[in-house]
Amino acid sequence: MEANKKIKILVVDDFATMRKVIRNLLKQSGYENVTEAEDGVAAMGVLRSTKVDFVISDWNMPNMTGIELLRAVRADSDLAAMPFLMVTAESLKDNVVEAVKAGVSNYIVKPFTAEVLGEKIDKIMENIK
Amino acid sequence: MDVKYINPFLEGTIEVLKTMAFVDPKPGKPYLKKNNLAKGDVSGIIGLTGSMKGSLALSFSTPSILKIVSNMLGEPMTSLNGEIRDAVGEITNMVSGAARKKIEAMGFSLSASLPTVVAGKDHSIMHVLGGPSIVIPFEIEAGPFVVDISMGDAQ
Repeated sequence: MEANKKIKILVVDDFATMRKVIRNLLKQSGYENVTEAEDGVAAMGVLRSTKVDFVISDWNMPNMTGIELLRAVRADSDLAAMPFLMVTAESLKDNVVEAVKAGVSNYIVKPFTAEVLGEKIDKIMENIK
Repeated sequence: MDVKYINPFLEGTIEVLKTMAFVDPKPGKPYLKKNNLAKGDVSGIIGLTGSMKGSLALSFSTPSILKIVSNMLGEPMTSLNGEIRDAVGEITNMVSGAARKKIEAMGFSLSASLPTVVAGKDHSIMHVLGGPSIVIPFEIEAGPFVVDISMGDAQ
């Protein structure tokens, strides 16, 4: 089942270009309510000041990495249930195990299509209903 | 360099650009390159270490990278600006990731450094092992680009 396309998605990536790429893929999947942050620290600021429904975060970032952001989100009582999709350039098993242990909702390996991204979001949103 | 290590890079390049930029790169015949001169106007290079050692570079002609990044961002790009350089770094990273996944399936392990991006006419590509390197030429409708690989034993 398709998720509500009006949900607010926070895209976290240190590369502005990659944030634009993901925003473009989200648009193709019907998600246009998108906000951005350049690293985990900025993302926590957005999450604490704005109502966000879903986080898509890169793994490798300066200041606060994707896994550190995930841990911070899960440790915050107001944000702990936040759907969290981790983006990584590698399908390294250790990374996946670490992310699952930290409570990631799902992960996606670059490169990915708009269709695969949309399916991942739908699946996560369906599971939390 | 064993030719069986060429295919992961060739397939990885096609996979990344088809998926992220909706283009269909056609590979040409690989050849040996003995100098450091880049074939394109903007290049991304990334070091690889592990079971083998070396580096991978992607070097794009201006028309090819403008088309690729325009498709990736969903907006027209007209000059080699910072966004293009960022995108070249990200594409290099993704091609390295896709190729490494295929190389790992062959029983090897490889890790990658952060990509660096160089632009300008007649810039150099400094491979980790020096030269020579193997070049796979590619063509998309908008123009040519190459994948330039130099891999050797880990020692």
